[in-house]
Amino acid sequence: MINIMSNKMINILVPVISIILGLLVGAVVMLISGYDPVAGYTALWDGIFGDSYVIGETIRQISPYILAGLAVAFAFRTGLFNIGVEGQLIVGWFAAAYVGMAFELPKIIHLPLALIAAAVAGALWGLIPGILKAKLHVHEVIVTIMMNYIALHVVNALIKTISGGGFKLDRVQPTASLRSDFLSNLTDFSTLHYGIFVALAMVVVMWFILEKTKSGFELKSVGFNENASQYAGMSVNKNIVMAMVISGAFAGLGGAMEALGTFGTISSMGGFTGIGFDGIAVALLGANTPLGVIFGATLFGSLKYGANNMPNAAGIPIEIVSIIIALVIFFVASGYIIRIGLVRLRKNKKEAK
Amino acid sequence: MEYVIEMLDVSKKFGTFYANDRITLQLEKGEIHALLGENGAGKSTLMNVLFGLYQPDGGEIRVRGENVAITDPNIANDLGIGMVHQHFMLVENLTVTENIILGSEPTKLGMINIKDSAKKVAEISKMYGLDVDPYAKVEDISVGMQQRVEILKTLYRGADILIFDEPTASLTPQEIEELMNIMRKLVAEGKSIILITHKLQEIMNVSDKVTVIRKGKGIGTVITKETNPEELATLMVGRQVTFKTEKGPSQPTEEVLKIENLVVNDYRGVAKLKELNLSVRRGEIVGIAGIDGNGQSELIEAITGLTKVKSGKIYINSIDVTNKKPRKITETGLGHIPQDRHKHGVVLDFTVGYNAALQSYYHEPYSKGGIMNYKVVNKEATELIKEFDVRTQGVHELARALSGGNQQKLIIGREILRNPDLLIAALPTRGLDVGAIEFIHKRLIEQRDSGKAVLLITFELDEVMNVSDRIAVIHDGAIVGTVIPQETTEQALGLMMAGHSKRAADKKMVDTGKDGDKHHVE
Repeated sequence: MINIMSNKMINILVPVISIILGLLVGAVVMLISGYDPVAGYTALWDGIFGDSYVIGETIRQISPYILAGLAVAFAFRTGLFNIGVEGQLIVGWFAAAYVGMAFELPKIIHLPLALIAAAVAGALWGLIPGILKAKLHVHEVIVTIMMNYIALHVVNALIKTISGGGFKLDRVQPTASLRSDFLSNLTDFSTLHYGIFVALAMVVVMWFILEKTKSGFELKSVGFNENASQYAGMSVNKNIVMAMVISGAFAGLGGAMEALGTFGTISSMGGFTGIGFDGIAVALLGANTPLGVIFGATLFGSLKYGANNMPNAAGIPIEIVSIIIALVIFFVASGYIIRIGLVRLRKNKKEAK
Repeated sequence: MEYVIEMLDVSKKFGTFYANDRITLQLEKGEIHALLGENGAGKSTLMNVLFGLYQPDGGEIRVRGENVAITDPNIANDLGIGMVHQHFMLVENLTVTENIILGSEPTKLGMINIKDSAKKVAEISKMYGLDVDPYAKVEDISVGMQQRVEILKTLYRGADILIFDEPTASLTPQEIEELMNIMRKLVAEGKSIILITHKLQEIMNVSDKVTVIRKGKGIGTVITKETNPEELATLMVGRQVTFKTEKGPSQPTEEVLKIENLVVNDYRGVAKLKELNLSVRRGEIVGIAGIDGNGQSELIEAITGLTKVKSGKIYINSIDVTNKKPRKITETGLGHIPQDRHKHGVVLDFTVGYNAALQSYYHEPYSKGGIMNYKVVNKEATELIKEFDVRTQGVHELARALSGGNQQKLIIGREILRNPDLLIAALPTRGLDVGAIEFIHKRLIEQRDSGKAVLLITFELDEVMNVSDRIAVIHDGAIVGTVIPQETTEQALGLMMAGHSKRAADKKMVDTGKDGDKHHVE
């Protein structure tokens, strides 16, 4: 029992120490480049928690990260590495923006329809690598990476075609929007929208699928041990495809956050959004558990949004800010090293007794 | 008396659990000292303490009379202690020499000096009769040879106290014999050996002394010559163990498994089963005896639906299950204890409860309308744990944390509780200690007595002779003969396994005048 408890302690300590270490090294970087770390971090803090407006914006930023993290984590839990979350998110974004723009329906139908469109688009984008993996044993990492590029350019081309040569679609109808006057007013007119509730609901959905359903039992079993699962009569192929589809659906919904909430449209993209790739780190930070993903997404979303304040308030160039964010994430991701350190420390302490 | 190693009252605690509780082990120079205990008795923990992987919580360790603190394996190495691990730690695509020098490569002008090293390896190899080619690639040599490379590795690094951890687990009988000779040669040259094992016959064959531990406690040390396997088994398990499995005569009734002219090809299209015929009836245990690789795996995979059948038919309860899906076949009334329990038997990262439900999770009451009912799953698993004596902390523990014997009991419980008409047990006792073996044999016989058909596949002659009611000998993908255990000998069986027909085997036995002494156990 003592062992288990201190293991739990370590599980909590690891991310905390990681963040502190990352901030310390970030401070060194600021010092070397001639900026004041105290001012820098004060700006970061203010950028995340400073007033109700930035808190609203921070929460808004967290929503797509939660969904991207869930997508990666879900695939991981079933033994798959979905690097295609970025592409699935982009097609989801487009699908939601298109459905939101092109139809005129009552809100009660239109908004869910746009969300479902995003989920289906992401799911289809996940289906292809799933089928290729199941039927032809093509590694999902390669296929999903390539599917990201296809998504990016196909969506750009579609935007151009639909908008008649323009660079963005028309705004989504108010009936498909996630925007909320209530949340916005609450947070001093931030762009906070209902998306966070969608994201949190999906956290519950992922937990429910994995921990409560028969499919979850099969998905996890196949992820851990294909051979034993096959022998137990599960269809390994079916489960691989299903895992990719569900993962893609989460990612697609992540795109819907941007389409129906934050931006209310989709514009041509010069490059990847990065949210899908950050989702990999979010999932890893959260140890691929639904609750962990919330933690990882909160860290990512806060840093990403809060850092915007550092150039304004402390005069630190955006490049340095990016380095600092990367450092924090780097240290959290290398929590493994810190974990070993802690375990060793505990061991030595025990022996000293 | 000169002791090279003395472990006095050594204790090692994990949490509040004593893995080792004041155990004493004294190794004399030039002896083979066996360390005997059931799976999970604390043998490996004790050796890991000696090798510096764990720090003891009490007691002292003396090496050649001096008190030492072995805080990491490098210190153990410096003290001349070498460990031959059960699972070899070799890089498959490097040569023998490269593996041996790995980690301490001798260099000449910055280049690795393979030639001199290979020469030294060859010298040591010759000195102890190891017969290893220094330039052979590890992936090309047999398991027995790979083990010798492990031995060479310790010798090359100057070890004169060798710890062998379950060295015979993956060896053929021939290789075991050769290993015993190597061990004798090593001690003749002045090395001292600690042999960790739970195989009594090996201990009787090769060791000078035996230290027995049970549930973390030292039971005592006996001189091998003054003891016998029965006494050792009793010391180890803590109660009387029957080697001869008790069972009444079989009363077979109708046929459950029927295999007709079964042909199975491997992925290259080479026939692995060639027109195999077999029948198993209710109320009998049919043993498949044979040397590994004669089609046993393919036979199991064909029956269970894991491989495609090229031609021929398989019937279970008169239902044609040829090339059906595994679940379909399972539902026809098949239970299967797979030969590779980690690969096919359990999901190691699932809890004990989940594993117990692995074959039944998809129907009521374990799940309903797509939703799992883990309450029922865990409740039934708790009953399984009790009934099949699975030693675990509970249904929420990961299967990975269980010892091999307990994982096997979990699998057997799961399969038997599904109440199948046909139970296939493939190498059901591999790697297990006598207590667990006895338990499993009893369960198989219970199944038979309750009117089930049992198909036992094993490489152990003892087991097949002891447990089966009929023995079908498999050779080169076909059954070459069926015999009754009471009417045959291990020698005759051995000849049939080598491909002789039953009649030829009988004749040969008579010709050589070697009337096989009736089968006896260790």
